[in-house]
Amino acid sequence: MAYTEAELAKELKDKKYEFGFVSNFESDKAPIGLSEDIIRLISAKKNEPEWMLEYRLKAYKVWQEMTEPTWAHIHYPKVDFQDIYYYSAPKTKKKLNSLDELDPELKSMYDKLGISTEEQKRLTGVAVDVVVDSVSVETSFKEKLGELGIIFCSFSEAVQNHPDLVKKYLGSVVPTNDNFYAALNSAVFTDGSFCYIPKGVRCPMELSTYFRINEAQTGQFERTLVVADAGSYVSYLEGCTAPMRDENQLHAAVVELIALDDAEIKYSTVQNWYPGNEEGKGGIYNFVTKRGLCEGRNSKISWTQVETGSAITWKYPSCVLKGDNSVGEFYSVAVTNNYQQADTGTKMLHIGKNTKSTIISKGISAGKSNNSYRGLVKVLPKASNARNFSQCDSLLIGSECGAHTFPYIEAQNKSAKIEHEATTSKIGEDQVFYCLQRGIDEEKAVSLIVNGYAKEVLNKLPMEFAIEAQKLLSISLEGSVG
Amino acid sequence: MSDFLNIKGLQASIEGNQILKGIDLEINPGEVHAIMGPNGSGKSTLSSVLAGREEYEVEGGEVTFLGNDLLDLSPEDRAREGIFLAFQYPVEIPGVSNINFLKAAINAKRKHQGLDDISAKDFMMMVKEKQALVELKQSLANRSVNESFSGGEKKRNEIFQMAMLEPKLGILDETDSGLDIDALKIVANGVNKLKNKDNAFVVITHYQRLLNYIVPDFVHVLYDGRIVKSGDKSLALELESKGYDWIINEVEPA
Repeated sequence: MAYTEAELAKELKDKKYEFGFVSNFESDKAPIGLSEDIIRLISAKKNEPEWMLEYRLKAYKVWQEMTEPTWAHIHYPKVDFQDIYYYSAPKTKKKLNSLDELDPELKSMYDKLGISTEEQKRLTGVAVDVVVDSVSVETSFKEKLGELGIIFCSFSEAVQNHPDLVKKYLGSVVPTNDNFYAALNSAVFTDGSFCYIPKGVRCPMELSTYFRINEAQTGQFERTLVVADAGSYVSYLEGCTAPMRDENQLHAAVVELIALDDAEIKYSTVQNWYPGNEEGKGGIYNFVTKRGLCEGRNSKISWTQVETGSAITWKYPSCVLKGDNSVGEFYSVAVTNNYQQADTGTKMLHIGKNTKSTIISKGISAGKSNNSYRGLVKVLPKASNARNFSQCDSLLIGSECGAHTFPYIEAQNKSAKIEHEATTSKIGEDQVFYCLQRGIDEEKAVSLIVNGYAKEVLNKLPMEFAIEAQKLLSISLEGSVG
Repeated sequence: MSDFLNIKGLQASIEGNQILKGIDLEINPGEVHAIMGPNGSGKSTLSSVLAGREEYEVEGGEVTFLGNDLLDLSPEDRAREGIFLAFQYPVEIPGVSNINFLKAAINAKRKHQGLDDISAKDFMMMVKEKQALVELKQSLANRSVNESFSGGEKKRNEIFQMAMLEPKLGILDETDSGLDIDALKIVANGVNKLKNKDNAFVVITHYQRLLNYIVPDFVHVLYDGRIVKSGDKSLALELESKGYDWIINEVEPA
């Protein structure tokens, strides 16, 4: 029969998570828990130079003095940081020469994730770096990029092969003492991606990293560093999944972006970590620090995120607009269902003159979930003629979910122009009935309405990612959509 | 008895208030029926019940459409079987283009009929043809469904959708309300062009004005949940000049 909100709400409970498989390859794990010894072990496993180990140990000391932040609108049992494996790597016997030598289990996992690298190489021209649990497994397309002087490799390789660049930029945007999780990450990060685009080079393909947590009780702490030198351009994609497990797993990544004069970085994320089951058991705690520094004049950093997964999301991709005329953008769709909680948003810090920022946030809440937008627009005294436009919309499905908006504005320069718009709406029975009356069933109707609502943001994603994101939105809001 | 649409003793209520108190109506292909009546007489309720709106509870009577028990079908199946409701207040769906919306609707109907999705080429040709029919600007077809359309544009868009979906029974729920005379003519013209010997229309209206352009075969007066008088188009003219009181007095002698 026809749609009622109660029925829809009930259907939404049956959301399916299709990446919940566990792959059975052997892994090499460090003992459980965190101590200086563990950090030394991680560093040794990775053959790191002394400066890297020192960086980690310093961060560990800082972290020990910090306490977990509690200001976010999220509730969860305290994380026992001694009950986590900080290092886990798929065991491979030797260095691989080609994909064919890959562990078949690992290979089949990639296939399930839909990122058969071979195919990706040929069909989409996307260069992929895959991080499973703690280490980066492979990076494709390296040679082709190398010809242009572009460096795209795992973070560990970068530490070995490009230590000067890493030393110069690591922690320059997110210092070790920035926050609790960033400090933890700085101490124990195990891998991630590194990318450097030389002066004047426009990266000819989308660079992509796929993050995957496979092992139980494992935390994932990856580190991403993207440097766009003067006049360069890069578009970077990041995808994430994890198996279904009863326990909560921690993902505490740090992403740093640096754009020099006239450079542009476009960073897109489709986050689909396991959100827990319909009773709120299990799922990933996604406590991530992402920040971009528009260091140079006329530089631009644009964050686009589609957040459908995780039990808890705590994430504020931000832009520090230091260079004059620099531009920061944040486009976000965050979906929460069942017992998921998201506290996400952005910070736009206007330091340079004539800096501009745009924030478009679209929250979608269903089930018993809570979805908060938290944003700060700060204009420093010297940032004359700063401009900001923020739009924060919330869409509610059912009556048991919550949407919250916490916009903070601090303008210390009188010439600043800041606009903020916010709306909250419900998927109306009228809208759904209108679709039904045209012969469109309820699932498709909700899919149309939700995708229409999020369109402004989805349009910012690269094509192949946008399609994936649309599908994800559908799956996240039940088997109903799609 | 009509095997097209047959309504017998239909009773329906909303939130415990009985609105329809026994409607009898027979409609044959090729006919246009106008339903008139004072405010609150149940006109819009009748269209909502036929379309399958969930808030209304059917308490008695039956409705058959093309041999099926209509009341047993879901709203989407009623639509796919060929019932189209032009809404009195068309709904806005931000971010969803009219074109995508219609494609979804047409393909849902085709799937129901066991057909494959419409080809992009056929679809675009159809859009072009039907747009001309209701003199709809191309830009409107590409905009989000009804979003920031004027009142007249929304109504015209309803007729455009009706043209695209080619229903067997089109129900126009006060489509003329809020239209100026030019828009009214365009809407009426569209309906007249869609009219053929195999389909039928129910035109719900307060005003005789629309019926100058869409000429009904039958006019029914709905009052207090019942059809209290039926006639031909002259009845509408009589209502225009004399109002409803004389009929009400006939039904409820003082």
